[in-house]
Amino acid sequence: MPEFEAIPDCQPFELTNAAILKAHDVNVYYGEKQALFDVNLEVEKNAVTAFIGPSGCGKTTLLRCFNRMNDVIPICRVEGSITLGGQEIHAPEVDVVALRKNVGMVFQKPNPFPKSIYDNIAYGPRIHGMTKTKAEMDEIVENSLKRAGLWEEVKDRLDKPGTGLSGGQQQRLCIARAIAVEPKIILMDEPCSALDPIATATIEALIEELRERFSIVIVTHSMQQAARISQRTAYFHLGHLVEFASTEQIFTSPEDERTQNYITGRIG
Amino acid sequence: MTEPINIHLAEGNGRHRAETRFKAYGIIAIAVSLGFLCVMVVSIGLRGAPAFTQTFIQIGIELPADKIDRKDIADTRFGALVKSALREMFPDARTRSDKKQLYRLISANAEYTVRERVIDNPDLIGTNANLWVRASSDADLFIRGNIDATLDENQRRISDKQIAWLEQLKTAQKVETRFNTRFLTGGDSREPEQAGILGAVVGSVFSLTVCFLLAFPLGVLTAVYLEEFAERNRISRLIEVNINNLAAVPSIVFGLLGLAIFLNFFGFQRSTPLVGGMVLALMTLPTIIIASRASLRAVPPSVREAAMGIGASKVQTTFHHVVPLAMPGMLTGSIIGMAQALGETAPLLMIGMVAFIADVPQGITDAATALPVQIFLWADSPERGFLEKTSAAIMVLLVFLVIMNLIAIYLRQRLERRW
Repeated sequence: MPEFEAIPDCQPFELTNAAILKAHDVNVYYGEKQALFDVNLEVEKNAVTAFIGPSGCGKTTLLRCFNRMNDVIPICRVEGSITLGGQEIHAPEVDVVALRKNVGMVFQKPNPFPKSIYDNIAYGPRIHGMTKTKAEMDEIVENSLKRAGLWEEVKDRLDKPGTGLSGGQQQRLCIARAIAVEPKIILMDEPCSALDPIATATIEALIEELRERFSIVIVTHSMQQAARISQRTAYFHLGHLVEFASTEQIFTSPEDERTQNYITGRIG
Repeated sequence: MTEPINIHLAEGNGRHRAETRFKAYGIIAIAVSLGFLCVMVVSIGLRGAPAFTQTFIQIGIELPADKIDRKDIADTRFGALVKSALREMFPDARTRSDKKQLYRLISANAEYTVRERVIDNPDLIGTNANLWVRASSDADLFIRGNIDATLDENQRRISDKQIAWLEQLKTAQKVETRFNTRFLTGGDSREPEQAGILGAVVGSVFSLTVCFLLAFPLGVLTAVYLEEFAERNRISRLIEVNINNLAAVPSIVFGLLGLAIFLNFFGFQRSTPLVGGMVLALMTLPTIIIASRASLRAVPPSVREAAMGIGASKVQTTFHHVVPLAMPGMLTGSIIGMAQALGETAPLLMIGMVAFIADVPQGITDAATALPVQIFLWADSPERGFLEKTSAAIMVLLVFLVIMNLIAIYLRQRLERRW
């Protein structure tokens, strides 16, 4: 049975901030097949919430519900209620563009646009009309890159293509691109799975910093990563949310047997 | 003692031989097709090359001031002057038939050459000028050695007397072979030595321009809508199947459609590049749509997700990211479709672009013909001189095709971006 280190920076479960996003009785279907069953979950403000679980358990599906990325999958159907800051995101008056501006996303594989580094960051603020002058835009680009810890590495080559960066740099560029539009929540879908351990460590440190300004939901396959960076952890199994508690509790005294089996490496 | 590990090729192993054999088949196939290509290009080249040169004959022509009105030079009957000049050069042609043969040494259009010279240089009037005029097609063929003088007289297109005169001219150094600029700068003519390809080239360029302007935006927008926006339902699938089937419809059917709709129903003028381009656009449209959809599908979904993830709308995602990435493929597909349209004859026949048109068209509503139709017309002509013109026109067509394909390759390499 693998030993887990103590998790020093893990917040106690009781010290919760207000919930910014609530999912209530969410069921998701892909055609005939049901992918999520009655999921109830709250995403805490200024905290990192990690989704763990074996492959195909529905964690990415739930994540993509939060910014309605599942809309583009024709056979996908979402039932139940998801509220962002108290507003139902499936309401007819909701503009999905405005929703996605507030709920940013970072994908598993770094996917910078095949454009310059500058344009990668500037695209979001530009389409949302967030700036009036070039100087303002320059500032947003610089701040976003600084917050993503990429500024020092790329400040001399902002006009070079973003696709020319290393994998870890590309992923930080994607994070910078996501935070450039000032979202409230950042969804991260296994952001480190394509990266080496050193790049992963950089991204993890970055997530810890970003927590101050944003609420973060991260899907990860690495239990150690969930333990290192998250305050709350949700364990999914075959489409069911099995257990949702503070990270410390999940990793030290899980209530459900399935969670216990998973985190001790007996399954998954 | 461990057992020896055998990593050598086993004796009698058929796998290795099969691989070698398969490679050999491939090389043979490529060699055979390259061989055919070479034979085709060389034979067309050899046959067409003479069309780019033309024999000229110098005639000493008297331009008496009393027969030419200085104010209205164009009205002068230069034909008679040319004929009398020829009679003077060869006084031995006395009978009617001799004279007729004599006149046939030079192009029937020689009088116009003389007229142009005189208009260009009115100082010639009243003098005895030495002017170069085109040899007739038959004389041209003889000078170039394409007519066998040892044949019986009535089996060749040039008589003993004409041969004698041409030999005289040759010894007097009054025969010259020059580069035939007229072939590249002139319109069609009934006389092979006068016929030029420019009218057909311009007609093709106009038609293809119309075709591109109609088919490219229509095709790309159709593809973008079907690929990015349309719901996948029975109607969109039906449209899809029909577009794919349209690509396989024989081109003459599009010609008939153009005849029925553009000419008979809408009443457009026939034989014009406008209608030709519209018919070619109908024909090219399915190709462009299919190629554009394929290149849209080749854009990785991660690009769409990236754009939508930061709140780009569907239209913004499509036109800011997906279409620019698919553009090289769309352009390549379109150019290949256009190259196909360039070589298309059948639909143009149906809408009357097959007429004999001597003028170079000035616009898309002038009557015109197109390169492949011109080739067809010349190949159909009985005059032997058109034989080489036909091959030369094929060379011109091939050059245009090669140019278009090079543009496609250039655009693809230039615009292609990695992701």
